[in-house]
Amino acid sequence: MNLEKVIFGFFIVLAATLNFGFFIGDIGRPELHNIYELAAALVVSLIATALKFGDRTQIGAIHLSTSLVADLQLIAAAITWGVAEHITGVGMTVHVTSSVVSLSGGALVANIVSVVILIIETVMLRR
Amino acid sequence: MNSAFFLVLRRMRAPIIVLIVIYAISVIGLTLVPGIDAAGQATPPLSFFHAFYFISYTATTIGFGEIPNAFSDAQRLWVTICIYLTVISWSYSVVTLIALLQDKGFQNTLTTNRFARRVRILKEPFYLICGCGETGNLIARNFDRVGQAFVVLEKEELRVQELDLQDFKTDTPALATDARQPETLLLAGLKHPKCRGVLAVTNDEQSNLAIAIAVRLLNPAIPVIARARSPAVKANMASFGTDHIINPFERFAEHLSLAVAAPERFRLIELLTSLPETPIPESHRPPAGHWILCGYGRFGQAVADRLRPTGITLTIIDPNSTAADQNIAGDGTEARTLLEAGIKSASGIIAGSDNDVNNLSIAVTAAELNPRLYVVTRQNHTANTPLFEAFKGDFSMVPSHIVAQESIAILTTPLLAGFLERLRNRDESWCKQLVERLQGLCDGLTPTVWGIRLNASEAPAAWQTLMHRQAFKLGELLRDGTDRSQPLTAVALLIERADDYFLLPHDNFHLAAGDQVLLAGPLSARRNLELTVRNVNELEYVLWGRDDSGSWLWQRLRKGRAPAD
Repeated sequence: MNLEKVIFGFFIVLAATLNFGFFIGDIGRPELHNIYELAAALVVSLIATALKFGDRTQIGAIHLSTSLVADLQLIAAAITWGVAEHITGVGMTVHVTSSVVSLSGGALVANIVSVVILIIETVMLRR
Repeated sequence: MNSAFFLVLRRMRAPIIVLIVIYAISVIGLTLVPGIDAAGQATPPLSFFHAFYFISYTATTIGFGEIPNAFSDAQRLWVTICIYLTVISWSYSVVTLIALLQDKGFQNTLTTNRFARRVRILKEPFYLICGCGETGNLIARNFDRVGQAFVVLEKEELRVQELDLQDFKTDTPALATDARQPETLLLAGLKHPKCRGVLAVTNDEQSNLAIAIAVRLLNPAIPVIARARSPAVKANMASFGTDHIINPFERFAEHLSLAVAAPERFRLIELLTSLPETPIPESHRPPAGHWILCGYGRFGQAVADRLRPTGITLTIIDPNSTAADQNIAGDGTEARTLLEAGIKSASGIIAGSDNDVNNLSIAVTAAELNPRLYVVTRQNHTANTPLFEAFKGDFSMVPSHIVAQESIAILTTPLLAGFLERLRNRDESWCKQLVERLQGLCDGLTPTVWGIRLNASEAPAAWQTLMHRQAFKLGELLRDGTDRSQPLTAVALLIERADDYFLLPHDNFHLAAGDQVLLAGPLSARRNLELTVRNVNELEYVLWGRDDSGSWLWQRLRKGRAPAD
């Protein structure tokens, strides 16, 4: 059993599940999307990225890039939320909410790709 | 770059994860703890935006106070915990990063990467100097003076640092590493398309040999110049086709014997091969007759082999050699030994051991015993130059100088070898005349010797004119570019055309495209002529006195205004 793989797998899958939890629900209704779930998804995604730092294998590099994409999408979603609440002051309108949720949906796709790569890697190793 | 970047990432992995986790806990905590307003009523907790803002400036110990409103005591309790957590995690990251930057291996990776990158982006032809001791440094300084790019590999870190302090005009890539490693040579541009040659001038025979064979195998197209002190290594290098092997001992012995046999010719060779723009060396006139040779190592043997054919008889003093005169005990540093060797009646002495102090001692003792003696000293270390200068011997042999001079002469002017070849059947008076001409060129300094090939890349303007417009004579070209009534202070030594050589061509020699001209003169003349043969406008002025810019519009205007003739 490889502890590093366990930890990395845990964070990748957790990022995907949290992200899915945030994403699910009517895209335009803010009460169906918990901000804490978004925050948790972002943090876990960042940790997963950091775990792949310095991995020089081909598959490690792909992992790093996909999780960087997820980070980028989630950070964009968080900034959109913050701007709407504090800077423009429009609040969570249907338009803003749908932007935030669709951005997190993009991140979800990247997370799913990460999970698929993880599975491929596991199958490849056969150990 | 890549490897260093990945190393940073790998080392920073743990601190960054700690930082992310601590930030997350702190921010989420702040979004849960209720605040308080001025009236003492409970308000909702901070939003994510404000919480992240607050933690960002608190964690980095900037501290703007309690923003946006004064905190409740519950918030203060949580923030206290956060402050300790975040400051510890930041310090951990910073300490890790600093430790990494202090890491010797990491610094080496960085310097090696920087060196490799700088070699990669070199745009001009360069030489690779392996070993930057006395010889390498001399070569480097001269390359720098004539504006020739070069790359340095040197084992000693200190010497590389000294290179940085030497005020070179160009910023030279130098790396402290073992040049024997093939990877290192490749890193230093051995296969770079602009690499023109490799100089193996380390102070270690085996290293020079290893470098020579590595270059021969990895890039057979470029020349290798190697220093060899022992005949075995020299033969080894020659066996796989090293282009030039310089044995300073043999070379000096040749010089000394030539100076005995043909002093004027030797003087001419010395002038042409000495380092450019240095004070003209004194002329050497070693007498024939009976000589005493102290020290019969590799140097002594080379000298003895060359001097005997000139008719000089030798008494050899050496405590260990079987070839030495066994009746004489000692190494020549004591007066008794020298007297036994017949110093009173000798005409010359060679202090040729591998110990500078002993050589000086021999020279001083001998000069006291017989003031008319011609004293030849061997100087092993440049650091002892002041001592040798103070002694004022007749002829001093500095191995590093010999190797440096020869390397530079071979590399910068390949034609020179052809010229020296043709000197062999010239008499003394011819050589004497040429020496006097050359000595008058650059007031008291040695002339620079350089070659120009009149082709499209080296002399585009001259080549164009010769190919498509009209021929001109050598004397018309060798004119000052600032004032064409003045001739350029340079002597044309040789012109090579296909396989023909023209020695000391006359001013009315008709040049042709593709000619190679070997010239001697001051550095300023060299720059002057280079501009002339490269720039069409300069060339037109020098040849025909036309002083216009080559622009199309200007020429049209002139045609319009010029009277029809």
